[in-house]
Amino acid sequence: MSSHLDSNVIPPSRQREAPGNGTKWIGKSIKRVEDPRFLAGKGKYIDDYTVPNMAQAATVRSPHAHARIKSIDTAKAKALPGVIGVFTGQDIATVVDPCPSFASPPVPQNACAIERVRHVGEVVAAVVAEDRYIAEDAADLVEVEYEMLPPNVDIEASAAATGDAILHPEARDSNVALDESFSFGPVEDDFARADHVVRRRLRWGRASAQAIETAGCLSEFDPVSGGFTIHCNTNFYNFIPFVIAGSLRVSPTQLKMMPIMTGGSFGSKVFIHKIIILTSALARLTNQPVKYIEDREEHFTNSDSHGSDRLYDAELALTRDGEMLSFRFDVMDDYGAYLQFGVGTHGNAMAQVTGPYKIGSFAMRVMAVLTNKCQQGPYRGFGSEVTNWVIERMVDAAAKELGIDPVELRLKNMIQPDEFPYMIPTGNIYDSGNFQEVYRQAAELIDYDAWKAKAATMRSEGRCVGVGIATCQERSVYGPTEWWFLNNVETPGFTLTSTPEGISLRIDPTGKVFVTLNSVFVGNSPETVVTQVLAEQLTVDPADIVVGYADTHSGFNGVGPQGSRFTAMVAGACVSASIKVKDKLKTFASHLLEANPADLELRDAKVGVKGSDKEVAIADIAIQANFFRLNFPDTPEFDSGLETTAVYDHPISAEPAPDRSHLGIFYPMVGHICHIAVVEVDPATGKVEILDYAAVHDNGTIVNPKTLGGQVFGGTANGIGSTLTEEFVYDENGQFTNANFAEFALPSVHEMPANLKLGHVETPSPYTEYGIKGGGEGGRLGAPSALSSAIDDALQAYGIETKSLPVRPVKLRGMIREAEMRDAAE
Amino acid sequence: MDKVSISVSVNGRTRRADVPPRLLLSDFIRHTLALPGTHVGCEHGVCGACNVIVDGRAVRSCLMFAVQADGCELTTVEGLGSADGLHPIQQAFWEEHGLQCGFCTPGMLMAAHELLQGNPDPTDEEIREAISGNLCRCTGYTHIIEAIRSAAAKLREASVDTVRPAAAA
Repeated sequence: MSSHLDSNVIPPSRQREAPGNGTKWIGKSIKRVEDPRFLAGKGKYIDDYTVPNMAQAATVRSPHAHARIKSIDTAKAKALPGVIGVFTGQDIATVVDPCPSFASPPVPQNACAIERVRHVGEVVAAVVAEDRYIAEDAADLVEVEYEMLPPNVDIEASAAATGDAILHPEARDSNVALDESFSFGPVEDDFARADHVVRRRLRWGRASAQAIETAGCLSEFDPVSGGFTIHCNTNFYNFIPFVIAGSLRVSPTQLKMMPIMTGGSFGSKVFIHKIIILTSALARLTNQPVKYIEDREEHFTNSDSHGSDRLYDAELALTRDGEMLSFRFDVMDDYGAYLQFGVGTHGNAMAQVTGPYKIGSFAMRVMAVLTNKCQQGPYRGFGSEVTNWVIERMVDAAAKELGIDPVELRLKNMIQPDEFPYMIPTGNIYDSGNFQEVYRQAAELIDYDAWKAKAATMRSEGRCVGVGIATCQERSVYGPTEWWFLNNVETPGFTLTSTPEGISLRIDPTGKVFVTLNSVFVGNSPETVVTQVLAEQLTVDPADIVVGYADTHSGFNGVGPQGSRFTAMVAGACVSASIKVKDKLKTFASHLLEANPADLELRDAKVGVKGSDKEVAIADIAIQANFFRLNFPDTPEFDSGLETTAVYDHPISAEPAPDRSHLGIFYPMVGHICHIAVVEVDPATGKVEILDYAAVHDNGTIVNPKTLGGQVFGGTANGIGSTLTEEFVYDENGQFTNANFAEFALPSVHEMPANLKLGHVETPSPYTEYGIKGGGEGGRLGAPSALSSAIDDALQAYGIETKSLPVRPVKLRGMIREAEMRDAAE
Repeated sequence: MDKVSISVSVNGRTRRADVPPRLLLSDFIRHTLALPGTHVGCEHGVCGACNVIVDGRAVRSCLMFAVQADGCELTTVEGLGSADGLHPIQQAFWEEHGLQCGFCTPGMLMAAHELLQGNPDPTDEEIREAISGNLCRCTGYTHIIEAIRSAAAKLREASVDTVRPAAAA
């Protein structure tokens, strides 16, 4: 039978290191090699850098959501002693051009607003002064006169807005920046033959990662080279010169980006483009190095990283006995005032939009709506956390409407272990998995059946206790086509297809292995991963491996830690580099041992003849290879040094169909997670307490169980926040009313379950080295679904269904009150 | 603004400086004294990343002025231990993976230090209470609790707190 997927051919595996049980270092919970310096307060984060003659910047920010800038008076600010310069958007535009945009057609954006402000917190002027205190004093003295424009706050109203409410009238006459529809497979036929269609309107609210460190930049302009040296805690430092050089009016090679250790990102520091452009403009205008570090309020109101804010109208088609046939939705996403990254967050979701279920077709209409809020950007999950929640909500709703147990319905539709690689309707593949085993372990870990019975008993005693389950996908190792394949095919923009990761490696004369990375630390474990993989490959002691980071002038291909890609990708680069350097070691050793290189092997930090005790230590080879050229034949393979570079490309990807009948293979290392939550709701306050919680993840071969566990715990905490506490509240005027840590509630230790039970299944990927999959986002990809399901179960007496997140206590209490009044009226 | 002369004992050393009266203690520590281990996360007293020990108590250095610390004894993370000589609390955080990005860590270490000074064998509930004023976005707190539990055991075993200086009253 022909299918829309016929042209989407799965390439053969390029895996060189098969997963196995014989590993010495992979799979071991070694202590992180990064940690001692961070524990001792020597982390060297962005604000820890200073350079001679450095000035500090502060910004003047819009108090209004939408207004024309009528005038800006900087005279008083300029007169303040210690002030070096005060600059408006127009001043800044004399040295830099508008921000880059991945949206196509682009939505124009400047690092400092010109003529119009489009959200509270947008920068309208910047001050450079001797220190930050003076800069902030001067910022308060800048007088800006505004003429109000209608604020757009509601997503549907903004999509229909006209006249003065249009945000970018120079570019488009609507606040809808993108409106595209897609259909993958026989959606209409599948809906026509369905016995039952479940329909829900679902709402996912706005929040962001809010790492404890904000974003910042230290930029120096060098008039001799005409370029900049930039310290910035962007995760994309090796890639970003190519993205922002145009804005800074230099060539990418004139940008030297320094690798900066980052105090948490979760996606929020992937780009930081506005800050780099603004700070660099100020450095150029003042001819002085300038540092600008966001304060917390700026990070709330003017970051580039607000999370998804979506309204779904979703439909799931089933047979009467619960076979899932097709899934479709219309989604509107409130992107805020700009569309920096296009609709990549929806592209991402296409990787696993049908969940772990065998659903034969899928369709969607996606509308990117602009409003007077801060712009969106990445946040752990990059949009897939939302679709995971949507599909799981739909499955729970189907279970209820069809009278089928929610676990039974899930198991009935799940892809079976012998069906991998499995291609979903969008074209992405799931490489491997054993979803049933993940569920089985989670149910066993928390004793699901016992909790179901106990919760029922507790409910019969008047308590609101419920059990919820989520079985979700955790895609990892992204390909960049997700950024653009949902753009209009006529104007797809920059159709990037590479996401390589590179390392350089050398063995010094004492036998130490020095490795240089091209991606930064963001709280993940890049140095530990590389140490474990290279210790495995080269049979050396981890203590003999030293890991550092290249700047962009000395480094090369690297994309950084996003999309749960880094561990699998850098492991690939380590294997590539090891193959090359092992060849060199064997070449030198073959001469020293008078043996054929093909008969040699690495063992215990030595090179030896297979089946013989003839061997030479790597350290002894290293001193010879580095210092004693004349001990070897005069042929090029014995040239001094034991060094190599290696670049590892995405192990398996394929382009989207030109007509977008499928989207190709772009996110194929797909893990699976099962979260089971037990909650109690206090109906008098709407507070949700987590009584018990189990999280079982399958991330393929595990490199370091302890650090993977840390990712699951942390991601689950994020998911708990997204479900129960974290919501950006913009009022009807577009005022951001809770832009601080006191009112926007990150989970504290008290919001976390006291006994979070963690489990792992290891189904290796057939495509990556050792079978590793990524696992950096999974907790947040599962917790909202499990908790929503548990809340519904707990409140079944009220007939409450969680259709909008987050359910902060005030909202849940409102829903309970409504139900009480409804019941009282009946 | 007239500057004020202050003298503060920091990690066992007397540090003197002339500072503006409005200079935050956190900025004084980070920028005037060049001790960047104390981090600033929110500057409004919620996150706890800037916790330091002042006269034996863990306090928010972003909510104090430097001039208020005149004559006080301060311990920052740099005074707890060094990368090649970690304090048992730091060692326990390393072993139990009690940190990921490390940005909240100095404040967590200070909170843990204050707890264990007064309570060598805390229950998990007491540990949770002690760090409930410190936000961590990476760990979900689980491994931090394990780290503090382990640190308590290490310190009890050693029975002598090796913390410099005598500041810890």
